Amino acid sequence: MKTKARNLEEPGIASLEVLGLKLVEIPRWNCCGAVYSLADDDLIHQVAPVRNLIRAKEQGQDKLATLCAFCFNTLKRANLLMRENAEKRNTLNSFMDEEIDYGGEVEVVHLLEVLRDEIGWEALAQKVKLPLRELKVAPYYGCTLLRPREVAIDSVENPTILREFLKALGASPVDFPESTRCCGSYQVISNPDDISEYARVILNSALKHGAEALVLTCPLCDYNLGQGQKELMKKHSEFKGMPLFYFTQLLALALGLDPQVCHFELNYGSPESLLREKNLLSQSESFQPIGG
Amino acid sequence: MSVTISPKRLRREFVRKVRELSGQNLQLCYQCGMCSGVCPAVSNMDLSPRRIIELARLGLEEEIANSKTVWICASCFACTVNCPRGFDLSKMMEAIRLLTLRKNIDYIRPEDISPQERCKLPQIAMVSGLRKFTG
Repeated sequence: MKTKARNLEEPGIASLEVLGLKLVEIPRWNCCGAVYSLADDDLIHQVAPVRNLIRAKEQGQDKLATLCAFCFNTLKRANLLMRENAEKRNTLNSFMDEEIDYGGEVEVVHLLEVLRDEIGWEALAQKVKLPLRELKVAPYYGCTLLRPREVAIDSVENPTILREFLKALGASPVDFPESTRCCGSYQVISNPDDISEYARVILNSALKHGAEALVLTCPLCDYNLGQGQKELMKKHSEFKGMPLFYFTQLLALALGLDPQVCHFELNYGSPESLLREKNLLSQSESFQPIGG
Repeated sequence: MSVTISPKRLRREFVRKVRELSGQNLQLCYQCGMCSGVCPAVSNMDLSPRRIIELARLGLEEEIANSKTVWICASCFACTVNCPRGFDLSKMMEAIRLLTLRKNIDYIRPEDISPQERCKLPQIAMVSGLRKFTG
């Protein structure tokens, strides 16, 4: 979030301040481990996410907000484990004897939940200074915000949270069948050709339904759907490519923040020309693309 | 494909370990095929998720070991949320992977990821991939 996904974090933090909420980074945070350990006998991999929850508890906070969907999933599932399984909770607390005991006191939420539940879509819409001029955006959820059921921030089968978010910003949400289809996740390091195929299926579906861009919440989805677009366009003439945005970038843009905070230079799919076409970016703004 | 099913194979250590690691009752599956229907990776798999669970239930460890299915799985949980019996296939897939990884047999080697790729990949790709594919 501090390096390759600055374009997710920085517009998110800046936008929340404008909306009257200050996100305070927890001290001494560590990597949550990215994935939740699925083996019933594995407790050592729960230590990393639980430590982050303890950090939040130590600050006297009852909520931990995440911007990264991957982290959200891991932290929320670890939190549920600590709340629901007394034996494992006791074992982990005993093992982490240098830490205070933790019993699931902190609630883990994703930033989209904060926008929906603490600010509200109507209040958000009223703060919009630059409505997104009916930009046709396909909401892409991926996996980690909706599955498994116990962590879902919305309906697993028919989520609408990104649709409501986009409408509040003045964009035009474009529903498409692959919006909850997995991008391939960590398979990018072992089976990159499969990732390329999944990206083509997802993006072609969004294009076919009339989307001009895709909005997403996860840095791994962004990489999997973005980095291979140039190659896909070479291999498949019918594939036209699609600009990808993080939801926090669209939020910051719509709230009228300086576009520099969005770090569009890190985006895939060259969003700059689309934004200029829609008069959402002035001619004087320019970003040297780093992404594909 | 023809397979040999026997009471001896049904009691095998493999079945017990998969059940223990996943915490799932393999007998719940009634082979409806919903998991295969929603799996985004099924077209790249030699054996569908539905077939894997049947093979696991019957203790047919060699057939599963010869398949690449569990290594193509991306733990997306589409199967789990759609299973009408509430069976967590994602946990079963993880259990089967771990039975190999815990023998110090890794699916990938970090050094096989090129330096150029390593520079471009988001950190969560490396962390999650190495967690899933190495012991």
